[in-house]
Amino acid sequence: MIELLVVFLVVLAVVAVVGAPLRGRARGIDPDAELHAELADLEAAKEAKYQEIRDAELDQRTGKLSEEDHRALDAELRVEAIALLKRIDAVRARSG
Amino acid sequence: MNPSRKRRIRLVVALTAALLAASALIYTSFSAGSDEQTAGQLLDGAVAGKTYTLAGTVKDGSVRRGDGVLWFSVRDPHRPVSVRVRYTGLVPDPFREGRGVMVKVQRGQGDVFMGEKDTMVTKCPSKFQVAPPRPGGGPASAT
Amino acid sequence: MATVGRALLIVAFAVALYGVAASLYGAFAGGRAWVDSGRRAVYALAGVLTLAFAIMEIAFLRSDFSFNVVATHSSTTTPTFYKATAAWSSQEGSLLLWVWLLSLWSSLALAVTRRRVREVAPVATAVLMTFASFFLMLTLFFAQPFETLAAVPQEGTGLNPLLRHPAMMFHPPMLYSGYTLFSIPFAFAIGALVTRRLNAEWIVSTRRFALAAWLCLGVGIVLGARWSYTELGWGGYWAWDPVENASLLPWLTGTAFIHSIMIQERRGMLKVWNASLVLATGTLAILGTFLVRSGILDSIHAFGASTLGIPFLILIGAMVLGSVGLVVWRRADLASEHRLDSLLSREAVFLLQNVLLVALAFVVWWGTFFPLISEAVTGTRASVGPPWFDKYIVPLAFAIVALSGIGPLVPWRRLTLASVRRGFLLPALAALVTVLVLLAVPGAWAEPKAALFAGVVAFVLASVAQELWRGMRARQASAREPAPVALAGVVRRNRRRYGGYVVHAGFAILLLGVAISSSFQHARDVSLKPGQSARVDGFDIRYVRATSHAGAEKISLGAVLEVTKGGRHVATLRTTRGFYPSQDISQGIVGRFFGGESESEVGLRAGLGRDIWTVINPNITPLVPIIERGNRTFRRAMVGIMSGPAADRQQAAAQLFALRDAAVTAVARRFVTSPWPADFRFIVSPLATWIWIGAIVTFLGGLLALWPAPAAARRRVSAGYAARVARELARTTQ
Repeated sequence: MIELLVVFLVVLAVVAVVGAPLRGRARGIDPDAELHAELADLEAAKEAKYQEIRDAELDQRTGKLSEEDHRALDAELRVEAIALLKRIDAVRARSG
Repeated sequence: MNPSRKRRIRLVVALTAALLAASALIYTSFSAGSDEQTAGQLLDGAVAGKTYTLAGTVKDGSVRRGDGVLWFSVRDPHRPVSVRVRYTGLVPDPFREGRGVMVKVQRGQGDVFMGEKDTMVTKCPSKFQVAPPRPGGGPASAT
Repeated sequence: MATVGRALLIVAFAVALYGVAASLYGAFAGGRAWVDSGRRAVYALAGVLTLAFAIMEIAFLRSDFSFNVVATHSSTTTPTFYKATAAWSSQEGSLLLWVWLLSLWSSLALAVTRRRVREVAPVATAVLMTFASFFLMLTLFFAQPFETLAAVPQEGTGLNPLLRHPAMMFHPPMLYSGYTLFSIPFAFAIGALVTRRLNAEWIVSTRRFALAAWLCLGVGIVLGARWSYTELGWGGYWAWDPVENASLLPWLTGTAFIHSIMIQERRGMLKVWNASLVLATGTLAILGTFLVRSGILDSIHAFGASTLGIPFLILIGAMVLGSVGLVVWRRADLASEHRLDSLLSREAVFLLQNVLLVALAFVVWWGTFFPLISEAVTGTRASVGPPWFDKYIVPLAFAIVALSGIGPLVPWRRLTLASVRRGFLLPALAALVTVLVLLAVPGAWAEPKAALFAGVVAFVLASVAQELWRGMRARQASAREPAPVALAGVVRRNRRRYGGYVVHAGFAILLLGVAISSSFQHARDVSLKPGQSARVDGFDIRYVRATSHAGAEKISLGAVLEVTKGGRHVATLRTTRGFYPSQDISQGIVGRFFGGESESEVGLRAGLGRDIWTVINPNITPLVPIIERGNRTFRRAMVGIMSGPAADRQQAAAQLFALRDAAVTAVARRFVTSPWPADFRFIVSPLATWIWIGAIVTFLGGLLALWPAPAAARRRVSAGYAARVARELARTTQ
């Protein structure tokens, strides 16, 4: 008897946990989903680019890159970072 | 030579090298592999000087030990025949009569096969009891 | 309680199926609410399975033999610690463990990413819940953990003595954590391919999970090797056994993925390669689980032929076909953004390393499945042994370790002659000196390959030390901190880089231990009586005295050995062989205590210089006549009691069993009082302990690389650069 009760309680808890988002909230696809996803991607790419810039600097300071090589690489990376920032701004502008 | 053509050539060279290496590997595995044979197959066709992998079950009552040498017989799963094996070297802990075993052997004199040192592998049984406990009778605990 | 357990599994199965449906519906039609519900289904699954697993564990700890799985894998005499581990020594228990771990890790992964990868996560949830449904289906229809026995036995069969080792407590959970963690990047890859979101966001989340999986699986593999070395009586730690290989395969491809994903992150290249690698790794993880559970290949692990083979094959087939199909379907989205700038760049080194790792994986895969392949091709099952594996693995491992030293010294995009001079000089010198010094050591000429490998390892260690030194100096130049603080500072701010370097160093040390301990090992098999000694590699090992112990769990016969070198005491070794009782009454009342399973307790003296390893095999054939006499005597007494008055029977039987226990102890004692020659195996392995030290260093490095930088520090760093780049931006737009 107690076993039946335990199982019943577990099922109740599961239904409560799983059903919570479905009660009363707005349904349907988020219209901005595509935009948010693109923004998230660009933000992640930007962070990765910053990491690359930092790595290049550390490479230069530990002797793997010469001064001039580093300057060239750093410039290249910053151009790419700026391009990413521009794209992020454009997406933000679109979402109003 | 334009870069894309150079890249394509590099790709072709790399793939060809990989294919050649894989073929060498596959070829040597077939010549290095030792065939798994049952007791019956060994009795029928084993050639002296060639190494085979004998697979089968250890025959009940056939195990003898002494002076660092292990003697046992391996049953054929399909026919009522068995081969006698003389083995030296490591014996895995699960080895016992009635268990599956694999060992590398060469044909010795008569129907005796000489086991290659340290090549024995035993099959770990799924349930390690030998016989089910008798309900009721027998000691209540292992003490 | 077993019925509750069964019911919970049914509830879990329903929840898993709901998770698949809700996530897919939410992703393509229903919206966020359904996606959230699907994710919560994963949390609910974890909760339900935790309850179910707890019920099974409690049954083991209470020795509740009404549970079939407890009766067949545990006993009252099993120590409590091992009662808990017995749960996953069974087919049924281990399947439940697998799906429980999957639910836990999936919950963690989805909770951590709930505000990110919003497009990919629902599909990934569906994939993970499909795996859960599969394993739950197995526990419901093929191998039920909560099966009960109508006639409850008073005593269980007991745990296989080979598994009574602390490492066995952690080996399966770590291994399964590794396998289940690898299914997370697999699921996210499927999700990314389906939703065409294979860019930066996917990389960031996938990489972390792949690294965590790599770490857990690696620890599981090393624990298994350690168990083999210290518990099994053969003195080795790796046998190229099919099940060992099965766990190594996803680890190898996972290692390749962790490296090649860095190239995709920086240059947008190798997208098809990375997608294929991560999908292959997930498939190999399921394949590994299949190999252990199906008994299809002969192995010390094989649990006997089982009915699980067919369902697993169907799942693996579906995974392979699905993966290939998805990659082909989305090949347009997987086009490379850039091309390789130069063959002399870190990208090229990574690519070569990847190729070598995949080649290594192919060798291992081929050798493992060769019995099945040869049977299909020639009709006869043939197998290849360690010599075949070593022939191909050794040169490949050599090259991979060499690359792990070269890679960190090579800059991204382009290598120049100047940077070669700056970076390679010291490590190359270290390698050269090491090789020359070793070749001067007497005896080293016999194994030039080992000396050469030591040179490669010296190169790796020197390059890592050089990197740490230069990083510290760079930080000191700007931050003006004392050396230790600067070192900690630069490492803390560049965890991925330095964690990776530490992993390379640890792995090189591990393989050096393997190379030296196997090339210069001395092993001897001897028969000794107490007082006699044997000489192994300059050590004198004397059999001091025999030992015997008869306990509730087992009878142990053993030896105490003294190891001396040049008269000086080095170590005292103790080794025993344990004989477990069998339930088979036909072996005799006394005999059955010597007739069950046996296992060895290894005598090991580990040291930084060399390991001294021994195991005893006390042949009990001399005891057989006494045992048979005992069997006859006690059987006659038993018959006498049974034919006597019924009232006295209980008491008389109790007295007889007490006498029997005393007799068994006395029989065992004969090994001490009138000992006969016992067989010993002695192995002296130089530098063997460095294998385990290297493994620990490797995993600490992995942990370092995995450790997230505190969010605040990340934002601080990003803000600084953002300001600088923003300034640039302002200038260019004017």
